[in-house]
Amino acid sequence: MPLATPRLNRTLRHPWTLGVLGVVVVLLLWLLISSSGVVDKLFLPSPQAVWQAGQTQWSSGILLKDAIASIQRVFIGFALSAGLALPIGIAMGTNVVICRLLEPLMGLIRYMPAPAFIPLLIIYFGLEELPKVLLIFIGTFFFNTLMIMDAVKFVPRELVETARTLGGRGLPILTRVVAPFIAPQVLDTYRINMASAWNLVIVAELVAATEGLGKRISLAQRFLRTDEIFVGLIVIGLIGLAIDLGFRFLMRRACSWAN
Amino acid sequence: MHLQVSQVCKSFGHGPKAKLVLDQVSFDLHSGQFLALVGSSGSGKSTVMRLIAGLDTPSSGSICLDGVSVRRPGSDRGMVFQKYSLYPWLTVAQNVAFGMELQQRQRQEIRERTSYFLEVVGLADAARLLPRELSGGMQQRVAIARALAAEPKVLLLDEPFGALDIQIRESMQEFLHQLWQQTGLTALLITHDLEEALLLAGQVHIMAPSPGRIVRSVAVELDRSDMAHLRVSPDFLALREELAGSLRRLEPATRR
Repeated sequence: MPLATPRLNRTLRHPWTLGVLGVVVVLLLWLLISSSGVVDKLFLPSPQAVWQAGQTQWSSGILLKDAIASIQRVFIGFALSAGLALPIGIAMGTNVVICRLLEPLMGLIRYMPAPAFIPLLIIYFGLEELPKVLLIFIGTFFFNTLMIMDAVKFVPRELVETARTLGGRGLPILTRVVAPFIAPQVLDTYRINMASAWNLVIVAELVAATEGLGKRISLAQRFLRTDEIFVGLIVIGLIGLAIDLGFRFLMRRACSWAN
Repeated sequence: MHLQVSQVCKSFGHGPKAKLVLDQVSFDLHSGQFLALVGSSGSGKSTVMRLIAGLDTPSSGSICLDGVSVRRPGSDRGMVFQKYSLYPWLTVAQNVAFGMELQQRQRQEIRERTSYFLEVVGLADAARLLPRELSGGMQQRVAIARALAAEPKVLLLDEPFGALDIQIRESMQEFLHQLWQQTGLTALLITHDLEEALLLAGQVHIMAPSPGRIVRSVAVELDRSDMAHLRVSPDFLALREELAGSLRRLEPATRR
């Protein structure tokens, strides 16, 4: 039909079309393989079974409780990390002495895998919330700081010097020139490192927790409930995607000049 | 207003590796004058400007504005850079207002002066646009408006049209000349373009590299009422050719 062609064309050219297509193809493959019976149901539950397990978890309230527990940990740990990384990163980017003092140290700690800190954190702080929050902090703080430092170092010298020749000095230069210039990069830094925060919370919960999406997965493993493991994985992925899109939205709204 | 640059030397680095980039540079600039420093790259002309702006300090010699020694940047010396001259997150009007806000002027005054200077540079209609929506020439006009709005005693222009296409350059030169006549500003222009210097400045100092120094000073007395005509007039071409010749003959000094 000639009338349908332009519309189809427009749909195909939409930036999301191919992405959605990719997801649909994987879902179809999954459906096909699980219904063909080639793979044991225990290893690969059907999409319907996973949906069922998800509904059961949702209606009993476990899913929401787990999700909230995990999200809370991520947000507290990441807020601490982001909040502290901003002033320290800016200080390192603007002051040579502070940079020389801290950069080697941070460069070193950055390469220590955060999950390797878990045993130590459990010995120090037990099994409560604090060690999980701290793990997220350790795993993201150094990356956040160093990436913000780099953003500050790339502020064009002319922008700062223009402000100085207009009579600006000290704090106003920081708040009115440096801060707005690095804002897009800072948001992007947060978006990228949020992904590792989200990974770490699951790792922490797999090791020791009473609730949380990671905890639910490790429980499901004990009872060979692969359908519940799938529910956990998919929910984790969806929440992560939502956070990522949230950051992108924020960036487009707050820093439209940079796009 | 009297800007006095006397016996200024500048070297970068220390000890035996120190490199002399400016050697005994002296000149004066008075109210309403338009002065140009012309030289190839490495002649230290940008360094002179940075020293006057207070963004760097001379190794020896003195720079005084109205008898007061220049120690740090200040709004009495406005500056326009070749690139990154505008804040990309601010609108045109906000860019022009930026310096006045740093000076903590009254809101009403800022608003009035912003629209006045946008009018002066012919960009009243662009007030709400972002810099990236403007052409390179328009961006530099905004930068000039912003510098003027902060009420400097002298305007320092560091290759302000260096990144522009040739046609836009020419119209910007005419714009700057008209602005100078209209507002009576005092300006110091840094350029590598001899024609630009001769078109705009009443006084031209030619600088030579290694180390940077003033080798020739010319008072330019030309009829600037018609710039397009001036560019091709025999007097102008003869003067340009003569000075270009002396620029070509310059060889690096032997002393270190």
